[in-house]
Amino acid sequence: MADDPDPLTPTIRPATPADLDFIIALDRDMTGIEKPEYWRGIYDRFGKGSEGCILVAYTDDRFVGFIVGEVRAWEFGSPPCGWVFALGVPADLRVQGVGTALFEGLCDRFRAAGVKTIRTMLARDARLLMSFFRSQGMMGGPFIQLEKELAG
Amino acid sequence: MNLQMATRHALFAILELAAQPDRQVSAAEIAEKYDISLNHLSKVLRTLGRRGLVEAVRGVGGGYRFVGNARRVTLLDIINAFEEVGPSPGSHRDPGDDTAEGQALRTVMEEIDILTEATLSSITVETMLKMIRRSRRETPSAA
Repeated sequence: MADDPDPLTPTIRPATPADLDFIIALDRDMTGIEKPEYWRGIYDRFGKGSEGCILVAYTDDRFVGFIVGEVRAWEFGSPPCGWVFALGVPADLRVQGVGTALFEGLCDRFRAAGVKTIRTMLARDARLLMSFFRSQGMMGGPFIQLEKELAG
Repeated sequence: MNLQMATRHALFAILELAAQPDRQVSAAEIAEKYDISLNHLSKVLRTLGRRGLVEAVRGVGGGYRFVGNARRVTLLDIINAFEEVGPSPGSHRDPGDDTAEGQALRTVMEEIDILTEATLSSITVETMLKMIRRSRRETPSAA
């Protein structure tokens, strides 16, 4: 079986407006849908103030990923905790430590904000992403998502 | 959910071998640590060998070693070598399944099966090794 490639050691920093086009393009590559207005809204909400955090990763001036998170308090009765709600790394650079560096950077921000739990929600068939978050030590939490199709 | 004995043996063997990638571990060592039958474990190791997950090294100091990619092989990959988990094939029918009660029960059980499969398919051998190391740090009495 082939070995994984050598790990990268990206620089992690908060996103600036100049990173938005890279984020939009990477998200388009991952999801198949280009959502520039959505990402500009995310940047206005999380990239500028204290509500949340967008971190980007670069190696040798190449954009190699992003992560978005925010602290949410008392949703579903939960004490303040950090939510990760977007993570992107180009397909050819995965399993090389970029996601881990971004995740750890976000954890540092959440710790500094005083929260002790980090949480996310995933499609249950998103195996690669779920494996990544589990490799970071995340386990099933105390909440279960339920839903129902509404009759027309 | 309970795993069959052979499946548990296989998981123990893989975790033991993957934790020591630089040496060959004998079946006897693994059997002794987990207090399991050497004969049974040997059969399990042969199955894992056929699946390309372990390799036998002959000769003095020989034993077994893990030859999979610990960052890619999941618990589900190992378990599926011995038993099926997850939703039953669509054609499988148990008595009562065609009643409304049977269909409702089947819907609930399928939800559980799908979650089980999603969980097992997302936990790699390397993630398990990390959990084991963390458990040892937090509970030093664990072997």
